Amino acid sequence: MSKKFTGVGVSAGRVIGQVRRMPEPILAPADGAPLPQGVSPEEESQRLAEASKAVATGLKERAAVATGDAQAVLKATALMASDRTLLKSATKLVSSGTCAESAIWEAADAVATQLTALGGYMAERAGDVLDVRARIVAELRGVPAPGIPDSDQPFILAAVDLAPADTATLDPAKVLALVTSDGGPQSHTAIIARSLGLPAIVAAPETTELADGDYVFVDGIDGLVVTDPSEAEEHLAQTYANREVLPDFSGTGELSDGYRVPLLSNVGSGEDAQLAAAAGAEGVGLLRTEFCFLGKEKEPTHEEQVAAYGAVFAAFAGKKVVVRTLDAGADKPLPFLTDASEPNPALGVRGYRTDMTSPGVLERQLKAIAQATSEHEADVWVMAPMISTPAEAQDFAQMARAAGLATAGTMIEVPSAAVLAGQILQRCDFVSIGTNDLTQYTMAADRQLGTLAELNDPWQPAVLHMVAATTAGAQSADGKPVGVCGEAAADPALAVVLVGLGVTTLSMNKRALAPVSAVLRTVDFAKAKRLAKLALDAPSAELARSAVRAELSELDRFGL
Amino acid sequence: MAERKAIIGSRVGLHARPAAIFAEAAAELPVEVTIALEGEPAEDAMDASSILSLMGLGAEHGTTVVLRAEGDGAEAALDQLVTILETDHDAE
Repeated sequence: MSKKFTGVGVSAGRVIGQVRRMPEPILAPADGAPLPQGVSPEEESQRLAEASKAVATGLKERAAVATGDAQAVLKATALMASDRTLLKSATKLVSSGTCAESAIWEAADAVATQLTALGGYMAERAGDVLDVRARIVAELRGVPAPGIPDSDQPFILAAVDLAPADTATLDPAKVLALVTSDGGPQSHTAIIARSLGLPAIVAAPETTELADGDYVFVDGIDGLVVTDPSEAEEHLAQTYANREVLPDFSGTGELSDGYRVPLLSNVGSGEDAQLAAAAGAEGVGLLRTEFCFLGKEKEPTHEEQVAAYGAVFAAFAGKKVVVRTLDAGADKPLPFLTDASEPNPALGVRGYRTDMTSPGVLERQLKAIAQATSEHEADVWVMAPMISTPAEAQDFAQMARAAGLATAGTMIEVPSAAVLAGQILQRCDFVSIGTNDLTQYTMAADRQLGTLAELNDPWQPAVLHMVAATTAGAQSADGKPVGVCGEAAADPALAVVLVGLGVTTLSMNKRALAPVSAVLRTVDFAKAKRLAKLALDAPSAELARSAVRAELSELDRFGL
Repeated sequence: MAERKAIIGSRVGLHARPAAIFAEAAAELPVEVTIALEGEPAEDAMDASSILSLMGLGAEHGTTVVLRAEGDGAEAALDQLVTILETDHDAE
């Protein structure tokens, strides 16, 4: 019998396919657990050697069919799985009476700790060692290897939620859609699905019932999973498969009446910036500077920072690049800046606030940004994250100007800043709305909590009222620019609403440029304003979304 | 005992890819080869065919390491490995 599960559609698309479940994570064996009854250390060592060989062979086979970077990584991981030093130290533990699972666990732990201590690149490889360890233990236990399942046939991946490490190995050619029982619209699953253009549904608790081989229809537009799909659903999937191909982004964002809405890209590295420029982005609306800080034990040097920012500026000569100063804290902790013991990190010392506890880091970062600016042709703007008051905006603007940066602004993520946007803009040059955090703080709902997914939706009319308060504030401050750089800007229907609310630029993942541009070109400014009013007046996120979508018939044409 | 010094040629040091190339080559040789940082005692030297030991060495670009091997073909084996270490594999 066909069953219907509802969740939150976070990435558009309708597909039918077979389910593969994400395997359960491998739990740690007991510390120093003894050899099983009646098994000799020799037999146990033999079992360990065979498991390590089997894992290495499996990885080598995958390396043989992979290409480029993936092949190099798989080859290196295969060597780790059969590493003589690792096996020797594990075998030693087995000889002293430890079972194979506990022995390899402990031996790999020692290696990972050593690599972590080396820092930088080697520290990142510690994760590979732990992955190999989990694979060997899975082999010893006779359970599926952890991570995204290997399959020759493309499949629909069902999971509780996906961690960043899982999504990094996700092959978009093998995965048709993502379905998670937990996670919200701003979870890693949602972000990766949108960036890969995969249909996805999150926060669908009943999907834990789905098993390997189930044949299901996934509707990322309406947030539905249907088992044993009927002809009607086959038809919907077929229509989606036959959708009109989106025209490439021309490099100019505008409405049908020629009203200009520059479309910029969110960028996290120099390489990313080149790809965004190639996709037609009119500039960078959000440069996340964390990329040159994360995973570091110490603050990067002036030279390292100048080179990292310069690589981004070089890709956008003559164009706008909005640099967000370091946004550490909450879900992005940094050992030299943030206090991991805070009971409530999302409401703690994060973003601009870290300047109170670690003065100097921000000033040095601004100096490095100014230096990189002087070496390149990009029009560089800087903004601070987590600003709550006009006084903070003023302090930051002064600091930026003292460093020699001409254009300084703030993020609008905290409701207090949205409400006082007018006063903030009297003290700085622009604002940019971070809808992910603005939603979390307006609705008082943790971004990562699946249970609160319905609250954590940028379509919530209260969040849209916060955007309207910000643009009204900008009007009172000589019409200074208001950008949006959150995930909301990447939703084509919501992008229309944001423009109607008076947002002047939209910044998004480069993949969203084409769909957002295509839909913006189907409406004029008067219609955008009318749809914005519809959304503001709706009593719920769901009704706001459906009222606006009903007026945008072009969404179907492009399967958005 | 044959012994050779080599200076790491890879710009990013003896990390995963160069380490993998080196470990694979060392494993195929007829003799057992050890590797140590210059100045470290020979008894602390590690198995050169172990990618994890190589990475744990923390040898960066320009670091000098010492390779040691014994028995028939040791000299030729070490010569071959020195060439691999001194090549910049990231430039290929």
